Amino acid sequence: MPVIRVQTADFNIADEIALMRNNPAIGAIASFIGLVRDINDGLGVKTLTLEHYPAMTEKAVAAIVAEAEARWRIIHCTVIHRVGELEPCDQVVLVIVASAHRADAFEACQFIMDYLKTRAPFWKKERTPQGERWVEARESDDVASLRWRAKTANLSGDRID
Amino acid sequence: MLNILYFASLREQLGLAHESIAVPAVATVAGLIEMLRARGGEWPDALAADKPWRVAVNREMAAFDTPLKSDDEVAIFPPVTGG
Repeated sequence: MPVIRVQTADFNIADEIALMRNNPAIGAIASFIGLVRDINDGLGVKTLTLEHYPAMTEKAVAAIVAEAEARWRIIHCTVIHRVGELEPCDQVVLVIVASAHRADAFEACQFIMDYLKTRAPFWKKERTPQGERWVEARESDDVASLRWRAKTANLSGDRID
Repeated sequence: MLNILYFASLREQLGLAHESIAVPAVATVAGLIEMLRARGGEWPDALAADKPWRVAVNREMAAFDTPLKSDDEVAIFPPVTGG
């Protein structure tokens, strides 16, 4: 079963990876950490508040992971997304994918991040010296998620572009 | 009754986080949006057709023709910015 958590507490990637180290079928572990940056569109970010739709977030993330599991050969997957008030340099999101081989791990990890950016019900609000403002969704994130449409695996697992 | 939730900038503009209302006569997402716009004030602007808000019904993304029934949970929110 994938590990999917939405929490205010910080996470430790080493601890999460350690949980995957007892399975000899796993030959590859790929991961991503998203952090709060200090500069967004030229304004210094003081704090970033992550709002979410509690009843829907875990369901939406689970659906994203399920789609990744259908498209790639994944042995284990962990997604942790923080909510609440964060500061620059804080960790926001963790994605870890374990598989037999690296192509599945790398690609599934990127896919999950691209879909988290566009399909999971979180909203970011920045507090800057100029005041508060809601982060706007980026067209580049929508474009990034589109890249996964053209590529599908056939039944034998070969990739078709 | 429908349980309606509003999130993020939409909640701030409307000044409302949630409410309980009767299922509209046109029992679809489109019918609900029309009913909400008809309230006037901030509602027609917040839910304008050219604004990028989204709707979920029972925690799954919905379309304009998604049907609504009593006890459904409807959420209306701006494009997501997580990750």
